[in-house]
Amino acid sequence: MLAVNARKKLAAFEWRGELRLGFGATALFGPSGAGKTSLVNMIAGLLAPDEGEITIGETCVFSRSRGIDLPPERRPVGVVFQDGRLFPHLSVRGNLAYGRRRGSLAPPDMSEVVERLELGALLHRRPMTLSGGEQQRVAIGRALLTGPEALLLDEPLAGLDGARREQVLGMLAGLSRDTGRVVLYITHRMGEVLRLADRLALIDEGAVKAVGTPRELLGNPELQSLTGRRSAGALLFCRMERTDAGDGLSRLSCGAHHLLLPRLDAANGSKVVLQVRAGDVALSLAPPQQSSALNVVAGAVERVLEEDEAFSNVVVDTGQTLWARVTRRSVRELKLAPGRRVYATIKAASLFSEP
Amino acid sequence: MTPVWEIAALSLKVSLWAVACSLPAGIACAWVLARCRFPGKMLLDGLVHLPLVTPPVVVGYLLLAVLGRNGALGGWLHDTFGVSLTFTWKGAAVAAAVMAFPLMVRAIRLGIESVDRRLEEAARALGATPLRALFTVTLPLAAPGLISGALLAFARCLGEFGATITFVSNVPGQTRTLPLAIYTLLQTPEGETAAAWLAGVSLMLAILALATSELAARAVRKRLGRGT
Repeated sequence: MLAVNARKKLAAFEWRGELRLGFGATALFGPSGAGKTSLVNMIAGLLAPDEGEITIGETCVFSRSRGIDLPPERRPVGVVFQDGRLFPHLSVRGNLAYGRRRGSLAPPDMSEVVERLELGALLHRRPMTLSGGEQQRVAIGRALLTGPEALLLDEPLAGLDGARREQVLGMLAGLSRDTGRVVLYITHRMGEVLRLADRLALIDEGAVKAVGTPRELLGNPELQSLTGRRSAGALLFCRMERTDAGDGLSRLSCGAHHLLLPRLDAANGSKVVLQVRAGDVALSLAPPQQSSALNVVAGAVERVLEEDEAFSNVVVDTGQTLWARVTRRSVRELKLAPGRRVYATIKAASLFSEP
Repeated sequence: MTPVWEIAALSLKVSLWAVACSLPAGIACAWVLARCRFPGKMLLDGLVHLPLVTPPVVVGYLLLAVLGRNGALGGWLHDTFGVSLTFTWKGAAVAAAVMAFPLMVRAIRLGIESVDRRLEEAARALGATPLRALFTVTLPLAAPGLISGALLAFARCLGEFGATITFVSNVPGQTRTLPLAIYTLLQTPEGETAAAWLAGVSLMLAILALATSELAARAVRKRLGRGT
C-alpha cells in the first residue's frame, strides 16, 4: 500500500494531493508541471512536504505531526528517474549491484533481473556506451534489485524513440503485472497508461482529480479536459477477432457490437483500444439504409454538452462511451436528449488502435 | 653545503606529507563549501582563502604565535605528545600545508560542484547513506578535481618560502627546502652555480608534477567515460 496525504508549497502552485494505492500498477497522468515529479520526490524522501503523512507498505516514512521524516535510504521505495541517472563511473553490473535492500520484500536475484530485462550482454559495459533504452532497462533493474515495496517510475520512457519505447514498454508491462508491489507509473502518454496500468489517477495543479480504472475515467465526459480526450476522441476497448484476407478488413468485438476496420496487426484474441474522434461519429434515429458505413452501433444518449455556437458534443452510451460532435441544429431536429435511442455511425477509416 | 639530492628529497618529503595530511581536511572543507548551506559559510570560505591573500611572512608569524613552543597549541602539543614543530621538517610541512590549502580546496570544490547532484539523489534513493553516497558517487566522480587539487597543492608546497622561513627558520637538513637552499646559496659568495643546479631541479620537479597531474586526470576522465 502507498498512501500520500501531503501539502507542499511549490514554485507555481501548492501540492495538496491525497492518494491511496493498493498493489498493482497505477498510472499517474497529467500535463507537464502538474506536480507529478514533485510527488515522486516527496515519496522518495528527496523533497519534504510542508505537512501531511506518507506511508509506504507498513512504514510511515513521513509525518509532520509525529515528527517522522525518514531519509531516502530508509524508505522502501525504488525510483526510476526520467533521465536514468546511472552512475557513469560504474559498469552496468556495478550499477545493478549498487542498491541496498529495504523494506520487507525479498529482492529478486540479480540473475533473474538480468534475464528478465535482457541485460546479460551489457553487464561489463559503461553507461555512456549504452543506448537510451538500454540505460532505462538498467535503471529499472537497479531499482528492482533493492526489493522495494513501491516502485516509482517517473516517465521512464520519455527520452526514447518509438522502437526502443516499445521494447521497454513490453518489459514494464510484464513487471507491473507482478502483484505484491505498488507500481506508480508517471506519464503523459495515454498509450502507456492503457498498456501498463490497472488504475489511473488524474493529476492537475498539485491535486489528484480522480482515481479509477482507465475505462471509467476515460469514458467520463467531465474529465475530458484532464484526460485530453476531447480532441483525441473516445476510447473503445475491443478484442481482435479475425482479419478477412478477402477485403483486407479486421473484425473486432466490442461489447455486444462488432466493428470492421482496415487490417490491424494484432493477434486474434488480443486486446485493442480504438480511438474514435467525436467528429467521425454521426447519429441517426433509425439504422441507416443502403449506407456505405459499415459500423453502426445502437445506444442511448447519455447527455448533450453544448460545445460552441454551432456544435454540441453528444455522449452516447453503447455499452462503452462514444462521443459524437453534431450541429446544434441536428440536436434540435432529432430531439437528442438523455435517454433517446440513437444509432451511431462510425467511419471505419477513423478507427485505429492507440499506440 | 648539503648534497643536491638530499635537499630535493627533503623538499619532496615535506611536500608529500603536507599534501597527504591536509587532503582529508581539504576534501571535507571543499565538500562543505560545495554542498552545504549554513550561516557563517562566507566566514569559512574567507578563512580558507586567508593564506592566499595574506603575506606568507604574516602566516609564518601567526603559525609561530600559535604553534611555536610558547604558543597555545604548540605548548600543548609539546607537553602532551612531545611533538615540537619549531625548527623541524614537520613544522615546514605544516607551513607548506597551510599555504597550499586554499588552492587545494578551490580545485576540489570545483570538482565536487561539477558532480550532478541528481546522481547523489539517485544513490540515496537506492539506499545509500549520505556518507556512502559521498565515497561511492561524489568523490569518484570528482576525482579529476581531487587530482588537480592535490597536485596544485603539491607544487605550491615545493615552492613554499616565506611562511616556512618565518615559522621554522632555515635549518639545514630539517627545514632548508629547495627555495630556502637557493636563497641561502645566493647569499653565499660563489654559491651561484649550486643555486642554478637547485633551480634546475625545482623546475624539473614542477614539470614532473604537472605531467603527472595531466596524465592522471586524463586516465580518470577516460574511466568516467567523459573522453578527453
